[in-house]
Amino acid sequence: MKIGLDVGSTTIKCVVLDDNNKIVYKSYERHFSQIKEKITELLTKIHKDVIKGNEAKLTISGSAGMGISERCDLPFVQEVYATRIATGTLLPNTDCIIELGGEDAKILFLTGGTEVRMNGTCAGGTGAFIDQMATLLDVSLEELDKLSESYEKIYTIASRCGVFAKTDVQPLLNQGARKSDIAASIFAAVANQTIAGLAQGRPITGNVLYLGGPLTFLKGLRHAFDTALHTKGLCPENSLYFVALGAAFSSEIETDLDTALERIKKYGVSGDFRSIDPLFKDQAEYDTFLARHSSCKAPRGDFMTYKGPVYLGIDSGSTTIKAVVMGSDGQVLDSIYRGNSGNPVPIFREYLLSLYEKRPDLQFTAAAVTGYGEELLKNAFNMDYGIVETMAHFTAAKRFMPNVDFVIDIGGQDMKCFKIRNGAIDNIFLNEACSSGCGSFLQTFANTLGYGIEEFAKLGLFAKHPVDLGSRCTVFMNSQVKQAQKDGATTEDISAGLSVSVVKNALYKVIRVNSADELGRHIVVQGGTFLNDAVLRAFEKEMGVEVIRPDISGLMGAYGAAVYAMQKSLRREGNSSLISKEELEHFKHEVKVTNCGLCSNHCRLTVNIFDNGRRFIGGNRCDRPTTRRSGNGAELDLYAYKLQKLCSYKPIVAGKRGKIGLPMGLNMYELLPFWHTFFTMLGFEVITSPLSTRELYLEGQATIPSDTVCFPAKLMHGHVLRLLDEGVDTIFYPCMSYNFDEHKSDNHYNCPVVAYYPEVIAANTQRLEGKNFIHDYVGLHRPHDFPRKILKILKAHGFTDLNAKEVRVAADAAYRAYHEYMEDIHRKGNEIIDEARKEHKQIIVLAGRPYHLDPEVNHGINKLITSLGAAVVTEDVIAARQAKEPVHVLNQWTYHARLYSAAEYVATQSDMNLVQLVSFGCGLDAITTDEVRSILEKKDRIYTQIKIDEITNLGAVKIRLRSLFAALEQ
Amino acid sequence: MAELVYDKTGRLLFTKEMKEEYTILCPMMLPVHFKLFVSVLRHSGYKIELLENDGPSIVQEGLKYVHNDACYPAILVIGQFMDALHSGKYDINRTALIITQTGGGCRASNYIHMLRKALHRAGMDQVPVISLNLSGLESNPGFQIDLDMIRKLLAGVVYGDTLMCLNNQIKPYEIQKGQSEALLNTWTDRLNDQLNHGHGIGMSAQKKNLRLILHDFAQIPIKKVPKVHVGIVGEIYVKYAAFANNHLEDFLAEQDCEVNVPGLMNFLIFMVGHSLDDIHLYGGNPAKLILVKALFQYVTAMQHTITNAFKPYPQFLAPTEFAHVKELVKGVIGYGAKMGEGWLLTAEMLELAECGFENIICAQPFGCLPNHIVGKGMVHKLKQVDPNSNIVPIDYDPSATKVNQENRIKLMLAVARENLKKKYPDAK
Repeated sequence: MKIGLDVGSTTIKCVVLDDNNKIVYKSYERHFSQIKEKITELLTKIHKDVIKGNEAKLTISGSAGMGISERCDLPFVQEVYATRIATGTLLPNTDCIIELGGEDAKILFLTGGTEVRMNGTCAGGTGAFIDQMATLLDVSLEELDKLSESYEKIYTIASRCGVFAKTDVQPLLNQGARKSDIAASIFAAVANQTIAGLAQGRPITGNVLYLGGPLTFLKGLRHAFDTALHTKGLCPENSLYFVALGAAFSSEIETDLDTALERIKKYGVSGDFRSIDPLFKDQAEYDTFLARHSSCKAPRGDFMTYKGPVYLGIDSGSTTIKAVVMGSDGQVLDSIYRGNSGNPVPIFREYLLSLYEKRPDLQFTAAAVTGYGEELLKNAFNMDYGIVETMAHFTAAKRFMPNVDFVIDIGGQDMKCFKIRNGAIDNIFLNEACSSGCGSFLQTFANTLGYGIEEFAKLGLFAKHPVDLGSRCTVFMNSQVKQAQKDGATTEDISAGLSVSVVKNALYKVIRVNSADELGRHIVVQGGTFLNDAVLRAFEKEMGVEVIRPDISGLMGAYGAAVYAMQKSLRREGNSSLISKEELEHFKHEVKVTNCGLCSNHCRLTVNIFDNGRRFIGGNRCDRPTTRRSGNGAELDLYAYKLQKLCSYKPIVAGKRGKIGLPMGLNMYELLPFWHTFFTMLGFEVITSPLSTRELYLEGQATIPSDTVCFPAKLMHGHVLRLLDEGVDTIFYPCMSYNFDEHKSDNHYNCPVVAYYPEVIAANTQRLEGKNFIHDYVGLHRPHDFPRKILKILKAHGFTDLNAKEVRVAADAAYRAYHEYMEDIHRKGNEIIDEARKEHKQIIVLAGRPYHLDPEVNHGINKLITSLGAAVVTEDVIAARQAKEPVHVLNQWTYHARLYSAAEYVATQSDMNLVQLVSFGCGLDAITTDEVRSILEKKDRIYTQIKIDEITNLGAVKIRLRSLFAALEQ
Repeated sequence: MAELVYDKTGRLLFTKEMKEEYTILCPMMLPVHFKLFVSVLRHSGYKIELLENDGPSIVQEGLKYVHNDACYPAILVIGQFMDALHSGKYDINRTALIITQTGGGCRASNYIHMLRKALHRAGMDQVPVISLNLSGLESNPGFQIDLDMIRKLLAGVVYGDTLMCLNNQIKPYEIQKGQSEALLNTWTDRLNDQLNHGHGIGMSAQKKNLRLILHDFAQIPIKKVPKVHVGIVGEIYVKYAAFANNHLEDFLAEQDCEVNVPGLMNFLIFMVGHSLDDIHLYGGNPAKLILVKALFQYVTAMQHTITNAFKPYPQFLAPTEFAHVKELVKGVIGYGAKMGEGWLLTAEMLELAECGFENIICAQPFGCLPNHIVGKGMVHKLKQVDPNSNIVPIDYDPSATKVNQENRIKLMLAVARENLKKKYPDAK
């Protein structure tokens, strides 16, 4: 008999075959990380009941089985390889296999050149990701699947990594999108992610097989794959067991199970994992800690007997809703802290009704709301004020520690921290999309291991050897935990390790501190996650300071909102505009999904309609659908102007040399005037690819070889394909090591991606075969040599009738056109600055790269800024006003040098602020961001950084910008 | 006690007095080569020490003082320095650091600035940092790279490459385990001794040494059996430094593979040669051209000595010469791709496949910019050129776990073993 054991990240699958390769036993169960115990249990059972003491051939497979097989000297076969063996035996006609597991995604091409692909370290989380999403929606996996059946619309959810998708899903929930639509969108995202990340340009055709847990259990997911692949895949019998089967098939060595069991028993006692000091030595230390923190209390009052003005503060967070009813002395009269189950509206309504029930005479003086759901609740219930989260937390923190100089709030989804200088918010840190798994991450992890969050956190308090998990994204954390489990870490150690890692994430990833002194000595911690003693302890230990955790730590946002409502209402008469008890009883809430047609962005809008005609629109990037104000072009927005200017370069029809295509992305965003003029002068009809869209991106997605390259580069694939779609056979996209020398830096390189991305396009786009794809190396930085060099290149590509003279003339015109374009932009930029100063508007220097102009890349952040009442200019215009200054980095990239110069200049202008756009995955910005920040902070200015990727939600960006404006107001 | 002197941009200089008083710390990358380099510098009068500290504290120190989005090599190199400086072993008022700076368009040219920022954060502004480069960046009165030193360092590359190449070929097959490694150590010591005394540098001395080395290694009794051949390419630091790639070579040895890691020489020639390509592609100063050409010919000649030394021993695979490697990649990627490892990385994959190492690990730091292009970006095309190539890109970073990396490598090895079996049905 043969035994195949597949030990995956979350489950164990086992198959026993008889001598005719027939299945005589199979099992599938979650191991909750108790790998050793489960294997022992399983093998003992098989030994006794199935093979009845006979010899058997055993082979182990699976990522979590690798360690155990090594240490116990048992035969091992890699899981993808095992799948291939099983398929070859059972379904030899298969062309392609798609297998999703707990944390792995794999695609195997079997015919036409065997190839196996596994997800890279970044794109982890598939089954685990769906679990997380189900938790977020507060449904079981079965319900999630069921929900997806009745979907109407698919939302765009970033399909790169689980954490990103989460930041997309949350706002959808908060805007009131239908759960069934979200469920189907989640499945579509997983399908897209798998195909894009793993197929890498290779078409998936023929007989497709679906294997693994998620694809077996979730019909909706199979449907999503079918849709994405335009095929009908097969989910075969025993689809869960293919790895185990493959392992069994490849078993060749007789194993004595008694000896094997003996060895497994000895396994895992090595304790060989990186660990850190325990959180608490003993109970006594814990008791002292508890006593210290229990002394920090908010005043309380009795709701039933209180007389006087009543204030209401609400914090509608990402996963929870918090409300505080407050008296005039800041006393808490009543409060709730509840999960929002994806829709805060009914929960808050219920709460409000319950308050009226207790006190029918209740009359609120003022009400304010903060958090993700601010706009929704404000409109739904007609609240008086909205306040940005950071301000709400600061307001609350001041009640507990008037001289507070640092506030850190870790909530379910976001982490907010800010420094306070001279009584004003000075520096804000929000977690970037890549590390946002804070509190809800702990919770999901607890659930995966079969615990509730409180129970799980408690386990860690007295762990002897907390696992050192580092401080990176949650996807990494999953595999880190896997490794620790492999090395014998206990659940206690993991619990403590996770708490510490949440803290480290905040400190080293988001705030990036080196020592406690940098943060100041007066620290208030808050947010639901700090209710967890293990996290609080880890924070104090890591920072080496004792901090204040108010007893209403989880309610601070709501409390701050209530205090804010009180302060605001002191200046006015009358009561809150909050809807009355009667209105509440007849409250209606309806959600419609529609596409906005007011501009080419076509934002997907969720329209919430309440009774009495109150409505709230979510999902919009600008305020046109809500205000119906038309974009009149008079906005002080250099981004809009530049884009419009670039779009004005139209092809001159009937060029005698035929069509030549320019893909509109990366450096083409600045060089278009040059190349357009150059080729037009030479008699080409210059066709540019259209502005980026989601569809254009998806079209090229499958040909992207590296899933961690920046989003602007990924877009290039779609642009080139779109040109081919339009029948353009000659495409010009040159490699450029060097950019123009603007004399602001020691060298004038392009970044490696901008410089050489044409090579990637050439190597990975099959459709370019037989086309004239000109991607030679071109140096515009040497105007004297350029005509001679480009002539040679063009001749080599078949344009043999070109002569040196016409190329020289065209080149001269092109250089002129480029400089004229740059001058025009500078002129317009200066105009905007003058106009903004006349109107006393704030000027935001939205600094990035030329290609951040692409609306699909910047997600309309420029519009968001103008809608908040400021003017937007770009870094190049500002950089021109500043002479070259020495910087503390090797300043050798043309685009990046502009950032340093712009920062130097902005630091000297009181009405200008710099907001830096950073593309996720941009390696060079790891250098520029530090330097730009230090240039600004040297002059006591605020540095704001916005990380952008394919995500389309602007929630976090809005908080950041509103916080910036709030800080400027103070 | 040497005075702290700054240049006009405020950079702390390494002065002549410091040369007398200070210990210079050098980070680890390739043990054999770097030991030889250190000997060369010692002979030139520098007190220099090669760092051999290892372990998790290096990563921790790195993460603490370097931007976490910076590339893994930066985190490790700087982490190793900080770990050493914090160890108490060195008087930080009499210690300097040395680091290479390529001056290319990759962010690696900024490591030195990240290092200075790290020193500043750690309150160690008094520690001078020396840039070792050939591009004329940052000069120091107390540290000069002249032609003579370049010549000596190049000799170190010649020896290092030869020893590494031979050891990799013999170790998997030696009958008496450990013999090859022992010989490697004997020779490293012997060469260190020579270089410490300024010997072993001239062309004839090199030839003599190489002849003896080849002769000695050829004496080791081996038993050739079919084994899986694995080549390693990648970002230079992660490819070579064992603590950066989780001891990849050891892991492959445990998996019973023969490993081929292309040497340092071609990388150096590539660095010299791409100035020629630049001039060719974009035009440039002809005077510069002559100088660079001379240097290029010099290093190419050094490479010939290695190849010639291998000639009497057809059982050994000599390192592939630059001209051939360059020829291989023609039409796959342009010669203008010069940032990071540039086209050479792609070329090395082709080179490996050509000499029977079709199973290739492309080791790269997570998010390495040039690797998006010349590594991962070229896999698809290489498969078209050679359908049998079995390439797996592996990302390394502080949080990437060994279990995930090894799982992926094992998948590559499973396919490799299957191919081996097709070729040698009797192989076990």
